[in-house]
Amino acid sequence: MQHIISILVENKFGVLSRVAGLFSGRGFNIESISVGTTLDSSTSQITVVTMGDDRIIEQIIKHLNKLIDVIKVIDLSEKDYIVREAALIKIHTSRPEDRSEALRITEIFRARVVDSTPSTYTVEITGDENKIEAIINLLRPLGIKEIVRTGKIAIAREDMKQTAMQELKKVRA
Amino acid sequence: MKMSGAEILIESLKKEGVDTVFGMPGGVVLQIFDVLYNEKNLKFILTRHEQGAAHAADGYARAKGKPGVALVTSGPGATNTVTGIANAHMDSIPLIVITGQVATRMIGNDAFQEADIVGITRPCTKYNFLVKSVDELAKTIKEAFYIASTGRPGPVLIDLPKDISGARTDFEYPEKVSMRSYNPTYYGNKWQIKQAAQAILRAKRPVIYAGGGVILSNASGELKELAELNRIPVTLTLMGLGGFPGTHPLFLGMLGMHGTYAANMSVHDADLVIAIGSRFDDRVTGKVSEFAPKAKFIHIDIDPTNIRKNIHVDIPIVGDVRNVLVELNKELKTLEENRNQLIRERDPWYSQIKEWEKGHPLSYKKSNKVIKPQYVIEKIYELSGGDAIVASDVGQHQMWVAQFFKYDRPRTSITSGGLGTMGFGLPAAIGAQFACPDKLVFNVAGDGSFQMNVQELATIAVNKLPIKIVIINNGSLGMVRQWQELFFNQHYSGSIIKDMPDYVKLAEAYSIKGLRATNPSEVEGIIKEAINTDGPVLMDFIVDPGENVFPMVPAGAANSEMIFGESAKSVKDKTAAKKEKKNSVLPA
Ligand SMILES: Cc1ncc(C[n+]2csc(CCOP(=O)(O)OP(=O)(O)O)c2C)c(N)n1
Repeated sequence: MQHIISILVENKFGVLSRVAGLFSGRGFNIESISVGTTLDSSTSQITVVTMGDDRIIEQIIKHLNKLIDVIKVIDLSEKDYIVREAALIKIHTSRPEDRSEALRITEIFRARVVDSTPSTYTVEITGDENKIEAIINLLRPLGIKEIVRTGKIAIAREDMKQTAMQELKKVRA
Repeated sequence: MKMSGAEILIESLKKEGVDTVFGMPGGVVLQIFDVLYNEKNLKFILTRHEQGAAHAADGYARAKGKPGVALVTSGPGATNTVTGIANAHMDSIPLIVITGQVATRMIGNDAFQEADIVGITRPCTKYNFLVKSVDELAKTIKEAFYIASTGRPGPVLIDLPKDISGARTDFEYPEKVSMRSYNPTYYGNKWQIKQAAQAILRAKRPVIYAGGGVILSNASGELKELAELNRIPVTLTLMGLGGFPGTHPLFLGMLGMHGTYAANMSVHDADLVIAIGSRFDDRVTGKVSEFAPKAKFIHIDIDPTNIRKNIHVDIPIVGDVRNVLVELNKELKTLEENRNQLIRERDPWYSQIKEWEKGHPLSYKKSNKVIKPQYVIEKIYELSGGDAIVASDVGQHQMWVAQFFKYDRPRTSITSGGLGTMGFGLPAAIGAQFACPDKLVFNVAGDGSFQMNVQELATIAVNKLPIKIVIINNGSLGMVRQWQELFFNQHYSGSIIKDMPDYVKLAEAYSIKGLRATNPSEVEGIIKEAINTDGPVLMDFIVDPGENVFPMVPAGAANSEMIFGESAKSVKDKTAAKKEKKNSVLPA
């Protein structure tokens, strides 16, 4: 099963390669990995998408927790979460009818054209995997020159019950 | 007061209580060696190869129970330590390896003698540092020692660029370490410990299977208490030897591939296996699906990744082995009343074990014509009164030492368990002798393994270390030869060592006393002579070249499917028959 694992790490050089090396060294699979700093610039958040049965995921999480620079590991798949990825898609649009078709599709998906030349449009899109797959499929007949995708980033949803309780408390106070 | 990075390094090591450093100098560490020149409280031991330095530091750590330290130069000096680091990593030995590095502005430029040692050792260290500023050096050293020696211990590498050793700053050694991301679990879950105690008292056929973790956490006293209190038989892994007395009536011997019949059968038939500081290595479990098939498992380990790695565990307890055993023994004592009766109910179990022990004791065919390697080990055990540290190498002789030397105390068996590194024994013995200057230290080596770090004879000679080197000389890479004999149609490909040096003369070349025995009648005499000699002695025992290690669990088989000297013949015949059959269908 696919799991999205969110890893909070010390923001030091070499940490990403420690995390990636853990996966490669133990034969665990990485489907995508993305990283960026958090609100606190001394930490980074790594999002790894991986596959495995329960036993493998348990091992992955234990091993991640064991890395000296890892502060916190969360298997988002056990929670309610929001996942997004971004893609830049460069399409052939030499013919006017292709340009209008491209614009139409971009509109439907709430994507944006971020660059244009006489023969190409470059479209920016964010969304879940399905949405990105869908727009790629629709644009494909026009002729896609290049695609760059970020891999997934994910964040846990706020626990509704808990926030509701907090609000309630505030109101009562 | 301002100090240079080199001075800070040495001062910090002293603050950590380091008294001995093993290594070799080189261009980028000259500033450090210059500080060492006038240093009185820190011995620097020049080894003849950096692998020797790393293994010596490892041997020191194993014997002393404190981190060992190696100091080497950049590039080739650093890469030469890699096997030693990987070896310590596999066996969870606390080690600090300080490698010089080219100046920071040169890093990444393929500078002379540059190697990305932090990158190279990332997968085989517990952690590693590249020091980028002299201001962080003291803190880095403090953290390195902390990481190496806490939790599941392991090697930590500090890569120290040349300009950092030269730069100056105020020196203040941190009192404490705080790392938000590193918090080992030291105390076991109370509820799980209660569960474990219940399971132990309920068990009709319990067995303890303990490993190196018992030694690392200094828990042998607690282990003994657990076993004696509840009368549970104990088997140890290779790494665990000495963690429970080898002469104790409850001791079953080692388990696994070359373990005793009684140990393997006990685990196979047990209804409860209490795994303590052991990691279910494949050399121990044999075919995993048939390892203790009837048992419930309790597993105590400080490293959660060891738990449920390849075996289903019913009661996992993460924590320091010693702390957990203290709690577990306490808990078991509160359940005093019916213990004696429960133990009595295990009588059939104990008599079954006795039968196994009687039926298949460790043995070998004695001879008065040719020296049997097992006989040599027995004699060393006997003549030393068992009161010695034995650093072994890797191969058949290693297994014979494990089988026939009865270690009664922890930190006396020094061997490369996880990585199985030939060439480990000689330098490890050096480290052990520095850690325990008053102890009798043996290095039992194969003729193959011995040659892998033979240059360290110089280190022994120069430092007048009274190490007794025992070469079990069978003229081959014996363990490889054994596998080829049993499973590869006696195709002795690459396993026969021809044109061997004269080891006695070799010893003499280093001004070390050399002795040789070719006949069983000479064995006792030269061991006695060696023990009674003040300095180092090398003993060359020309042994039966065809002797094999038994019992044996063939790779991939279940531990209950052991072969013995006799049944090995049928294995051989079978492979030979297969070969013949294959030949017979070939066209003429
Ligand atoms: C560095 C290294 N290379 C290769 C091996 C594979 N190996 C395992 S045992 C063995 C033979 C050891 O021969 P020797 O030291 O003579 O001991 P014996 O088995 O004859 O007692 C070899 C080559 C190893 N363990 N380590």
